[in-house]
Amino acid sequence: MKPSIELPRRQFIRATFGAAASLLLAGCEKLSQTEWFPRLLGSGESLNQKVHGVLGGRRAMAQEFSPADLSPDFRSNGTSVPDNPRYQAMAANGFADYQLKVEGLVEKPSTFSLAQLRELLSRTQITRHDCVEGWSAIGKWKGVKLSAVLNAVQPKSDARFVVFHCADPMEPQGASPYYESIDMDDATHEQTILAYELNDKTLPVQNGAPIRLRVERQLGYKHAKYIMRIEVVSSFEKIAGGNGGYWEDNGYEWYAGI
Amino acid sequence: MAVSEVRGEAASGTLYYRHTLPVRIMHWINVIALTVLLMSGLNIFNAHPTLNWGKSSYDGLPAVLEIGAVQGAEGVPIGITRVFGHQFVTTGFLGASKDQGGELAVRAFPWWLTIPDNQWLSMARRWHLFFAWVFVINGLCYVAYSALSRHLTRDLAPTSPELRTIGQSIVDHLKFKHPSGEAAKRYNVLQKLAYLAVIFVLLPLIILMGMAMSPWLDSLWPGWIDVVGGRQSARTIHFVVAWLLVAFVLMHVFEVIVSGFWNHLRSMITGRFRIVTEEAHETKH
Repeated sequence: MKPSIELPRRQFIRATFGAAASLLLAGCEKLSQTEWFPRLLGSGESLNQKVHGVLGGRRAMAQEFSPADLSPDFRSNGTSVPDNPRYQAMAANGFADYQLKVEGLVEKPSTFSLAQLRELLSRTQITRHDCVEGWSAIGKWKGVKLSAVLNAVQPKSDARFVVFHCADPMEPQGASPYYESIDMDDATHEQTILAYELNDKTLPVQNGAPIRLRVERQLGYKHAKYIMRIEVVSSFEKIAGGNGGYWEDNGYEWYAGI
Repeated sequence: MAVSEVRGEAASGTLYYRHTLPVRIMHWINVIALTVLLMSGLNIFNAHPTLNWGKSSYDGLPAVLEIGAVQGAEGVPIGITRVFGHQFVTTGFLGASKDQGGELAVRAFPWWLTIPDNQWLSMARRWHLFFAWVFVINGLCYVAYSALSRHLTRDLAPTSPELRTIGQSIVDHLKFKHPSGEAAKRYNVLQKLAYLAVIFVLLPLIILMGMAMSPWLDSLWPGWIDVVGGRQSARTIHFVVAWLLVAFVLMHVFEVIVSGFWNHLRSMITGRFRIVTEEAHETKH
């Protein structure tokens, strides 16, 4: 084969693949910026949620670990100190004045002090925390079962979601406080707790003091920290961006089981 | 031969119907799905560019792989890649690479290898989890079709006489000696084994390891992922298998190029593969 014939062909192939690659990249970029394409991609999310629901029961339990598996230091993620003067004043006082408000579609809207929460049915579990970024940490959590709190306030029949309003603003000047939501299946799951202890110690501020949600079987961003108020709703469309959570309003899936 | 192809002259030999329409369609769907999965997967990896072994990321063991950057002179980042604790400077490709504007920026994998091109975890997850379904459904269709149409037993399963020629086949591959005539209608034994390993070992493994990263799927049978050492081990295996698949694709494309690029490309588009026989050479018109 003469190089004179081989060369144009090689150049042609290189140019073709180069063009195809940049078209692919530019195309993917354009598609990501449209409104319809990410929505189409998002249909994978509802498929995941449905298939997961069919594959296993709502009651399936997350794996629990032994004390030997505990991560030496449970890293803080997201907010480590809420930029909120009211919260900081409460933390300085050891959360003595803390009151958890539970309201919305419930028969008996109530507030609970930390001491009152500790009196309700608790659960201790060693579980793995999986961040959406990819890392995992194993910690021992103790907290009040969310089902016990809900039993006390008695959700109405049209209650579908439990929304957690948090003390940590995600933007400057106290804007966009963190919030999250889960459905009633997850809310009444055996392992769903409002944790007040981590590794046998009072929950530290960096991990969400005074209480944070543990909703094992979902990724880390569902595990709301610094919970101040719980709202039982039939729809979260009217709350903040309408997608059921701070990260959900920023493009993440509401169903965080994968 | 190459000359006649470039000039577009009538090719010698006979056209043999090699790939059925379903196989061709599924092949190209797979090309698209795996490309998107690889590139969106690298964007997801960039969000936490460390691989660990074990149940958690913080079990005290050193990282299997760590891609990061340190600040060099005048604030210019230096890309650092650590493999089992061995450190390499990888500026320009891993850890620190040029962004779209040509500035050196801190980034595990460079922008031109990721979907989307900028660091955007939620969008990368959407691409990845959507195309994971495309890939899985396509794969299931392929396995069902291959079993029912006997593509699997007729074309992919090596016969025992073939298995005895593995040594010869390795030598032929190393010498770039490609079968002609009747033998060119069939896959060779190394090719069959490579395809079977990819279809029945690597692809199911990468799907399973992807599923192992889902906290919800882990709860279906608590502890099943400890078979491979835990969730972080599963993540590491997922990453390694992805690159084994890249290695397979590079080898596959290399073999396609050296054994008749246009002939193979045509056969994967129209189904027709040209066979050059001794007879055809003689009766060439």
